[in-house]
Order: sequence, then structure tokens, then C-alpha cells
Amino acid sequence: MYCIRHEPLSVIIKIKAFLNIVIEFYYFFLQCCGRSLRKPLDKNITFHKCVAYMIALMTAVHTIAHLLNLEWFNNSRDGEYDILSTTLSALGDSANETFLNPIRSTTTTPTYVAFTTIAGLTGVIITLALILIITSSMEVIRRSYFEVFWYTHHLFIVFFAGLVFHGAGRIVRHLETTDPPHNTSFCKDQPLNWGNIPECPIPQFEGGFPQTWMWVLGPMILYICERVLRFIRYMQPVMYRKIVMRPSSVLELQLVKNGFKMEVGQYVFLNCPEVSQLEWHPFTLTSAPEEDFFSVHIRSMGDWTGNLINMLEKLPEGSQGPKMAVDGPFGTASEDVFDYEVSMLIGCGIGVTPFASILKSIWYKFKESNPKLRTRKIYFYWLCRETHAFEWFADLLQVLEKEMTEREMRHFLTYNLYLTGWDSSHAAHVMVHFDKDTDVITGLKQKTHYGRPNWDKEFEQICNENPSSTVGTFLCGPENLAKELERKCVEYSDVDPRKTRFYFNKENF
Amino acid sequence: MGKIEWAMWANEQALASGLILLTGGIVGVAGQFRNWQFAAYGIAAGIFICLLEYPRGCKAKGNGVQRPGQYCLTVCVKAFGPLTRNYYIRALLHAALCVPGAFILCTVLGCVCLAIASIIYLLAAVRGEQWLPILPRAEPREKPGESIKEPPQNPPPRPPAEMRRKRAEDMEGAAYTNPMPVMPNEY
Repeated sequence: MYCIRHEPLSVIIKIKAFLNIVIEFYYFFLQCCGRSLRKPLDKNITFHKCVAYMIALMTAVHTIAHLLNLEWFNNSRDGEYDILSTTLSALGDSANETFLNPIRSTTTTPTYVAFTTIAGLTGVIITLALILIITSSMEVIRRSYFEVFWYTHHLFIVFFAGLVFHGAGRIVRHLETTDPPHNTSFCKDQPLNWGNIPECPIPQFEGGFPQTWMWVLGPMILYICERVLRFIRYMQPVMYRKIVMRPSSVLELQLVKNGFKMEVGQYVFLNCPEVSQLEWHPFTLTSAPEEDFFSVHIRSMGDWTGNLINMLEKLPEGSQGPKMAVDGPFGTASEDVFDYEVSMLIGCGIGVTPFASILKSIWYKFKESNPKLRTRKIYFYWLCRETHAFEWFADLLQVLEKEMTEREMRHFLTYNLYLTGWDSSHAAHVMVHFDKDTDVITGLKQKTHYGRPNWDKEFEQICNENPSSTVGTFLCGPENLAKELERKCVEYSDVDPRKTRFYFNKENF
Repeated sequence: MGKIEWAMWANEQALASGLILLTGGIVGVAGQFRNWQFAAYGIAAGIFICLLEYPRGCKAKGNGVQRPGQYCLTVCVKAFGPLTRNYYIRALLHAALCVPGAFILCTVLGCVCLAIASIIYLLAAVRGEQWLPILPRAEPREKPGESIKEPPQNPPPRPPAEMRRKRAEDMEGAAYTNPMPVMPNEY
């Protein structure tokens, strides 16, 4: 009754901090847990942001509450309030008394108290760290100056360290039971008689046991484990099997690492100490699990990728590249792709990269007659503004096309490329060469379309060609396209289970 | 990515400090704390800093992400010319504004955040950055040439009438052939 009621706020902040660290070790969990558990963890960044907003809000509320109560404690100590308040604040001045009001001096200011108590000092420091983390995480800074965001974010170490020690001063006090007990409802009206009458002995108080560490210790250990794991992986040797410079400054790296097992649609983090000691960057894997190496295609997009490509361009033929560390693979495997008789794969722009892995894997499984592969027909849609920087993917499609023609399986894979960024010069070029056998842009036998696909027509065609199959639709692209496809899947699915049914898979690659 | 423009981060930090100073000031005035006059100063300074820092400048490359509704404030801030363009002056201004916040607890956090923003602005100024307003650029529309409005005066060039006339001996050659195969619409 005599204490400030701010425990609920502290508990909320502790829970938020706990949840925040919980999601930090999603990488760790992603490797060993089952797929159904991993799927919700893939929304980890969204979750992290939500938790961060809550921490910021709770910190604001907590800070304002403390501003108020420090001021009131100070006033109470100076005797500005009623006699009960003054008596309570004076407890602890004599011997054999424990204090309630953490402000013991009558000639101090709240500012001085804030900076000379453990709680106050840690509070100010970690709030400052939190503010710096938040301002450097704004979208403008994150998108354009990633290093500022990344290195400032490591102030979270200061945040959690300070949070753990924030309660060490035990200035939040509660009433101890004395013998005889102090009857608060009776004694509050006669504070001057405390110690003189039997119902009201001098009340004794003790500080609350600090509990934050109990919430954050578990997740902190898990996070440290994840970073240790990353360090161990950093020390493992990675050999370069092949380094290929593709057109439009795209670098293909084929790497070999002991004990590396991947599945389709996953990604890895790469670190090259020669380019940058501390930066780890994610890249989608473009090789299939059936191959004895793993590959990534790196496009020159910024400092790190640009420097890496420059460095590797200057290497003599056949030599090993600079030390490369690989962490991963992470991400949910898109194994559902193999379960459908007919698959509709749609990749938009950069979203086509995981499909390189998927298409290769499907082809390997088909050649080996892998029983896991139930697919007998694939419709692949590639939507992009221009094929610049994706010529390597067109090469892959050409190779697949050639192999399929050799096996007389030309109808296994139907692919449609849609160039959404065409202009009149493109159109003129195509008009002049329209009667050639292969497409002018990609060199593929199936022609390039211009503009966006007419999904109604596509779905109808698939329905007609596969009258009694389940069709799985997989998209790697923007949200509005996902909504449109989901609607079309519902529209064109027949209620009759013997006829064509579409299932939309919203995979997050 | 390349070089980091510290002014962008300093701007976010200063805007946040303004809001924190404002909030601390409101708490101090509403709670009628001792020396609440400093809290009142916090409110005024907080509002001023928010107004000054709300319009985001453009990046060195010339593009910039606008905050919603920042155009009016951009015009106001631009009107002060070199006072707002130069980051040394901003660093000094923020350093001066943060000092009175150090006297009472409510505004101390705003004071320290503003001091950090001032330091980052100083760093930006040392690297030669400047605040340039993001103004809408009127895109010059490509106007078609004047002659397109008038109908052509002459017919297109053709061989003389003698050659154009269809001849009875050459019925095959006189028949009209389509340059592209014509097929009915499939859908």
C-alpha cells in the first residue's frame, strides 16, 4: 500500500525483452526443428519490429512513471505532503529502522538521485542506447547506410547488460511482516504513534529481489550459442570449386564445405574477411541438393558485393579465392513443390533466384526417377522488368530445354518469360525478328511475352490441359500479386475433387 | 551505398530528441514539478526543434525520401538560407538548446539526446554536408513538334502511275498478299 505500483510495467518490459531475444535465436532453431515450427519463425523480422515498438512504448511509459515518482519521493522527503507521507519518508533515519523512501537526503534533487543510484544511472544509459538504436533503424538509414544501422544495433549488448543490473539497487520496497504485525489500515491514521502503541510497531521494509535476469538469461544464452555457432562455422574451411563471371556483373561461386547439407529454396550468409571483417550478407542458394557443391549468384549491388567481384575478377585462372566463411543454410525448404502433380511456379524479378535451385532439383529427381517427385508437369512464369543480370538464369533454362529435347520430354517444363519493362525499341526489334525459331532476348525456343500475364487465360489453359490434377501454385514476388493469384486459385478450383484444383502456397523464400 | 551521410542520421536523432524534450516538458509542467519553468522551456524548445528537423533534406545524389506533409515546412526552413543550410550552425544551435534541459530530471534525457544529435551534425559539417531542400521538380513534358498538328500537305512518295497500274498479264503479282499470316482470334 505504501509502495509505488510500477511492478506491472517492469514485468511487461522484461517479457518484451525476453521475447526479443527469443527471436534472436531463430537461426539456431531453424536448423533442427521441424518445418511446421520453422514457418512462423520465418516472419522473424516483422516480429522483431513489433517487439521493438512495444519495448519503446513500455520504456516511455516506465520512464514517465519514474519521472513522476522520483519527483514525488523527493517532495515527500522534504515534508511537502501530509504527515503520513512525511513519517514514512523519515523511516530509516534512526537506527533499527529500514527505509521506504529511497531518497535519504533532504537536500537533493531528482536529477542528482537519478545519476547516483544504480537504477537511475543504468536507466538513463540503457534508454539512451535504445534511442540510438531506434533512430539508426529508421528505414531511411537502414536502406542507404546499412553499416550505421548494423553497428549501432549492437548497442543492444549495453541495453541488456544495463537491464539486468537495473534492479540491483533494490529501491522498490515492500512491507516486511514484523512480530507483532503492523496493521496498516488502523495505523495509517496515527503515524506519530508508531512504535508507541502495540498495534503499530515501526514498519520494516525490504527491497524487492531483482528478477529481470531470470527472464533474459535463457534467451541470452541461446543467442550467445548462435553467435558461437556462427564463429565455429567461420573457422570451417570452404573450398572454391569454380568461380564464374556471368554477364552483367553477376558472379557465380561454386563452393564446397564439409558436412554442408542444403534443401531447395534456402539461403546462406557469406563473410569474406578480406572484403570486410564483420559483415555477413545473405544469398539465396542456386544449386540443387543433388549436386556435390553449393552455389550462389552474387550481383554487384553495393560496396561489399562490388569489392568482392573486383577482387575475384583479378584472380588468375583456376586459383582459390580469398577465405570465405559460410553460415547456414537457413530458411524453410520449399519441399511442397515436389508433392504436386502439376506445379505452377511464378518468380518475379529477383524472386526468380530460388527457382533456379527448385528447377534444377526437379530435373535431377526426374532423371533419377526419385519417388519423392510426384510432379509430371511444370508451368514456370518468369516476370521481370528486364533480363539484365538474369542472363545466367536464361542459360539455365536453355540447358534444361536442351536436355529435355534430348529425352523427348519437351512438355515437362513450359516456361513463359514476361518482360514488363518493354518499350518501342524492343517491340521494333521483335517485329523484325519474329519469324526466327528462337527468342531474340533469351535464345529460348519459347517466346518472350511483353507486359503482364493474363492470369485468367493462364489458369484456364492449365485447367484444360490438366483436367483432373491438383495444381500447386508457388509465388516468389510482391504481395499484391500474391493476393491476385490466391483469388484466381480459388476461382478456378473446382469443387469436384476429380477435376482440377489449385492450391496457392504462400512461401516466403 | 558508398559514403555515409551523417546528416541523415543526425536529423532522425534530432527529431527524436525534440519529441523526447517535448514529452519530458509536458510531464514536468503537468506535474507542476519544482523548477517547472525549465520544463516549460523544454516544451517550447521541443516544438521548435521538431519543426526545424521535420523536413528531411535531400541526399548528395539529389534524391530524398520526404516525410509526409513536409512541403510547407521545407519552404519555411529554406527561407532562412545559410542559417539552416549550414550544419555547423545547426550543431551549435542544438548544443545551445540542450543546455537548459540539464537542470531538471524530466528534460535530461532530451538534453543528452540533443547533445548527441549536435555531435553527429558536427561530424556531418566537418565532412562538408549541407541541407538542401527536396522540392518538386516540374518535369518538362516532351512536346511533339509543331508540324504534327497540321495535316500533311503532300501525298507520300510513290513510283509513277505507270508502274502502279495493275497489269492483266500478271494476275498473281497483282493480287494483294498479307505481310503477316492472318489468323482468327483465339480468345
